[in-house]
Amino acid sequence: MSDDSPPVAPPPAASPPEPRLAEPPADLPSDDPPAAALAEAAEEIATAAPAPAPKHAPEPEPVAGKRPLVHRHHWIVRLAHWANAVLLAGMIASGLQIYGAFTHFGPRGRTYFPNPFDGKSFPHWSRLGGWLAGGLNWHFALAWPFVVTGLVYLLYMFFSGEWRTLLFRPRDVPRAWQMQLYYLKLRKEHPPQGKHNALQKGAYSFILVLGVLSVASGFAIYKPAQLSWLTALFGGYELARYWHFWAVFLFLAFTLVHVSLVLLVDPASLRAMITGWYRGRFPSHD
Amino acid sequence: MTERRLSRRDLFRLGLVAGPASLAVACGWDGGPTLRPTLRAASLLNDWVGEKVLLRPGHLAPTYPRRARTPEGAFPAYSISRPLPTLEDPDEWTLEVGGLVKTPMSLTLEMIQALPRLTYTVKHHCVEGWTAIATWTGAPLSAVLAMVEPTAAARYLRFDSFDRGYSNGWDMASAHHPQTILAYAWNDRPLTPAHGAPLRLYSPLKLGYKLTKFLTGITFTAERPGGYWEDQGYPWLGGV
Repeated sequence: MSDDSPPVAPPPAASPPEPRLAEPPADLPSDDPPAAALAEAAEEIATAAPAPAPKHAPEPEPVAGKRPLVHRHHWIVRLAHWANAVLLAGMIASGLQIYGAFTHFGPRGRTYFPNPFDGKSFPHWSRLGGWLAGGLNWHFALAWPFVVTGLVYLLYMFFSGEWRTLLFRPRDVPRAWQMQLYYLKLRKEHPPQGKHNALQKGAYSFILVLGVLSVASGFAIYKPAQLSWLTALFGGYELARYWHFWAVFLFLAFTLVHVSLVLLVDPASLRAMITGWYRGRFPSHD
Repeated sequence: MTERRLSRRDLFRLGLVAGPASLAVACGWDGGPTLRPTLRAASLLNDWVGEKVLLRPGHLAPTYPRRARTPEGAFPAYSISRPLPTLEDPDEWTLEVGGLVKTPMSLTLEMIQALPRLTYTVKHHCVEGWTAIATWTGAPLSAVLAMVEPTAAARYLRFDSFDRGYSNGWDMASAHHPQTILAYAWNDRPLTPAHGAPLRLYSPLKLGYKLTKFLTGITFTAERPGGYWEDQGYPWLGGV
């Protein structure tokens, strides 16, 4: 029931009950977005990968409660997403086990780098491997599928053209600001968007960069002599290990926000990431 | 509502995936009898990549100025035996080099010190994650290899010690590396017992647990030798 319909008013006797048209939800793109932004959003949609043909053509039905069913995520993306979730959990848990063998950062005999976990081990439930060797073996075994999954995903994004819907670019800065204003309820209408809004693009681009940096810093501390050039790029072994450790908490913070927003803002997107099909509040894309 | 029911089913599916994963995490699990062999196999794959792909025979590990050294008291030194293993009669000590070689040799410390001498200040990487910088002096292992002449069948080296049977296996490429030495001096003074006196293996290309202290012998083998920590599950190559 629309909120604005009088709860008890009977329909006018003469006219047959009309199919009730839903008011556009306040958080959907407004009807009159800036033309340029719309054009860019349209371009993103047009250049995105042609999704596998839906079994039945999605029919945008403006009837309340019956949102259009759209195909949102290619199976490669879904597989990479869930494989990554499991692999990353294993990488972090085994990494915390490894950390326990030397709970400081910085060279021996010098002041250690600032670290709220200095001298502390992580709780037993958060660690994988049982002891240092077990943690190392898990970490190095999971690293390869983690890298391969990331590469498959990046290659898919590149060759499908889907990267255009996700990569945060300079023009997304003002849009991200508008999106933030909307979330803070300082702006009434939901800014127009393609598959993802500008803040999502920022978050997803950031997490990809973080993934690349954590793999690179991992190699830098895995082979600091053979890959000394890479280790030097991170400021040396001790700093590379430091950054590698901080990546954990950025991953965890991202995951916390990511899962919260999925459940609070758009639960239908969870189904889309599992089955590929989406029937939710933001069907504006493909 | 249809939507909510679907979401619940999706959450259930998510649980199917996340359940076993978090269980594995929760147990501090080293893989158990089922997965441990797989982890070992992955470790062998990593050894292969480390030796055949990432190890560059001509590439030298970075060296540092003497002033970058770690304060001596802050440089950890591990051994298996407590108290530190020492020789009853240091003059009787020799290094036995044998196995798959053309000329087995018994080398005294004087003979090793008469070989070409290499001194460098490098960073020590421990598997635990700490680092420390020190100056090491010794004879390039390649000089000993040239004297004993390993046969074509020799693919590995086993380093034995008088530290309660502590030993390590090495690949031939790392043994030939110009920075791999038989060290008899640490920070410009004769090696102390804590650092493996009278002779230890040293190289900035390997983790500390691969750098056998208190050396007694080098044996060339066709089969990959185990090692004290390696047999317990630590990576075999231990290359950095």
